[in-house]
Amino acid sequence: MKAQAPLPGPVPNSIQIDNGRLRHLLSIEGLGRAMLEQILDNAASFAGLNEQGVKKVPLLRGKTVVNLFFEPSTRTRTTFELAAKRLSADVMSVSMSTSSTTKGETLLDTLRNLESMQCDMFIVRHNEAGAAHFIARHVAPGIAVINAGDGRHAHPTQALLDMFTIRRHKEDLSRLRVAIVGDVLHSRVARADIHALNTLATGEVRVIAPRTLLPAEAETLGVQIYHDMETGLRDVDVIIMLRLQRERMLGAFIPSEHEYFQRFGLTEARLALAAPDALVMHPGPANRGVEIDSSVADGSHSVILEQVTNGLAVRMAVMAMVMGANPKGDA
Amino acid sequence: MKRLLIRGGRVIDPANGIDCHADLAIDNGLILGLDPVDFKADEIIPAEGQWIVPGLIDLAARLREPGEEHKGTIASECRAAAAGGITTVCAQPDTLPPVDTPADVRLLRQKAEQAGGARIAVIAALTQGLDGEHLTEMAALQEAGCAGVGNALRPISDLLVLRRALEYAAGLGLTVFAQPSDPSLTRGGCAHEGAVATRLGLPGIPVAAETAALGQWLALVEETGARVHFGRLSSAAGVRMLRRAKADGLPVSADVAAHQLFLSEMDIFGFNPQCHMLPPLRGERDRDALREALAEGVLGAICSDHQPHEPDAKLAPFPSTQAGISALETLLPLGLRLVEEGVMPLHDLIARLTSVPAHILNLNTGHLGVGASADLCLIDPGAEWELDAERLQSRGRNTPFHGWLFRGRVSLTLVGGRPVHAMTTEEHQ
Repeated sequence: MKAQAPLPGPVPNSIQIDNGRLRHLLSIEGLGRAMLEQILDNAASFAGLNEQGVKKVPLLRGKTVVNLFFEPSTRTRTTFELAAKRLSADVMSVSMSTSSTTKGETLLDTLRNLESMQCDMFIVRHNEAGAAHFIARHVAPGIAVINAGDGRHAHPTQALLDMFTIRRHKEDLSRLRVAIVGDVLHSRVARADIHALNTLATGEVRVIAPRTLLPAEAETLGVQIYHDMETGLRDVDVIIMLRLQRERMLGAFIPSEHEYFQRFGLTEARLALAAPDALVMHPGPANRGVEIDSSVADGSHSVILEQVTNGLAVRMAVMAMVMGANPKGDA
Repeated sequence: MKRLLIRGGRVIDPANGIDCHADLAIDNGLILGLDPVDFKADEIIPAEGQWIVPGLIDLAARLREPGEEHKGTIASECRAAAAGGITTVCAQPDTLPPVDTPADVRLLRQKAEQAGGARIAVIAALTQGLDGEHLTEMAALQEAGCAGVGNALRPISDLLVLRRALEYAAGLGLTVFAQPSDPSLTRGGCAHEGAVATRLGLPGIPVAAETAALGQWLALVEETGARVHFGRLSSAAGVRMLRRAKADGLPVSADVAAHQLFLSEMDIFGFNPQCHMLPPLRGERDRDALREALAEGVLGAICSDHQPHEPDAKLAPFPSTQAGISALETLLPLGLRLVEEGVMPLHDLIARLTSVPAHILNLNTGHLGVGASADLCLIDPGAEWELDAERLQSRGRNTPFHGWLFRGRVSLTLVGGRPVHAMTTEEHQ
């Protein structure tokens, strides 16, 4: 029997939630289980539409969405762009280097300029933690903000698409063991996934990483900590691999890519330690031979490409919700 | 000059062991004594129901002049200090350019005199341009009237240079002012390395940034015998090291910033840029240890660590906001709260804000003894008020204490017997 979540009460108001409605999406923390599940359910409706061949819905016709990226990104930006187009919104992508905002123009100046073009939504990626919160706090009243990654802090749509993917394959999260492997210290994906998994009352959340790639007091995030793959991967149902930035060698976090792969790379042999039907996930882009073996990335356990597909439905759901529209069509 | 009588107040003067109701007489800017006989005052200041305490001495403030006058000027910040009951404020050397020549020291002192607020005590640079490599002409700086030397937050990474700087200063009898902070362990960080920074994804500054630096300094103090004052301690571990050093008889002293006694890493939740400080707000246990060390005297003084900023400096994502708070006007109110919360008796608090810092600076102020300069303030102990950031006298409105309720307020500040701040009737309400 699937454990029944208590009936949802009203979600308290916060910067993200206004009278029970998703106003901005800044982080998984503070959403609560009911809201999180509602987003996932809405995403399922959009996925259903996509699967039926309905590629475009008119939910956001006449709305202008601005992709405001202060950090290079191809994958996330393009899925947001595509999601907006499938909702019939007009999309504009603005790539800013953070250096241009240090040349006297503040982030607020940039914001005010874009606001005056009468946009309805900002999708923000920034290299500093708290950037999306900052923008949400200072943006004009009618504009919604979606965090597409801020520093090491949060990446809520990634966590949502990961949860969506897990739910599609695994029925009961309360019985699952999930392991997150790699550079947790620098990873907003890890933080977002941990919060989402714990919000959904996942059975056990583990992180596996060398000490240098774990943040201080990581256990306070609600995870079991392992420093080796052999014990950490035992009997897990989901393995979420994190990307290792190549520049980590410079900060003396690890001695070499070679040693990292020897200790923390996901190989066929290590995958065999996990449950027989374990899922292998990766937020992409994967460094093959650094954190994951090609045969595993492309193997039968891998749902890495499915994550990309699901990202579209999740982002459509979130964008529609912050604009007060839902997939049934009544705005 | 005028003869003043401050009548009927409660005189609290820890350095002289005085706490009684008395009339305080001032003649020609100097304290004449208590309950004078046959004293004809030109002016009588009624002080019934008020406390009369020595003017506060603040061991660390940024006045921002020269170089960053958009954040504050000597005039604006010395007035703000006076409004906070502070009569001497210690200016740090890390201005633009740094205070590293006798002319700089004289200019600052002269500007403060013209400003007509609090006095300033100048901490001059320990190395030229704070470069960490070449010693300043410390004898000349001393002659020009600096109260000590220090390198502010700029590192002296070459320990041989630091050792010689300490030896040289010790030879002149100059106190060296240090804020222990290891540059490599601090690099890139903006919050205490702990559970909150982990949750918010903020790059952390470990406690070892303080203790590793403190360890190096203490080793060199032991060897050179130089007098060193450590400012803005933030951690339980740092306090432990200091307690041991004092027990070993090393010539060291230390202070803590008032906000560290009230706030902790918890306060940065929600990315509150007003709580971005250096050293960062640490854990709840660290805060408790700081309070304990203060009560015990291991931390001898409370300072403001005043760092005024223009509004834009705090209008950005947390990591790129500038660290520091505007703190001159919350030093005394927060201090009084420590008494209210039972951390220490009033007498000790006043000592930590007056006589102890005066002793550290080797100044003959911070007390109300006969012949001392009449630097003092009157406090209305019952006044209840709410802090409004927009009404701070400082040019910096960056305070995390906006909206806090306080009891006890400065009603009058005298420097050399001259009023430099009087509460307006509007503020009385």
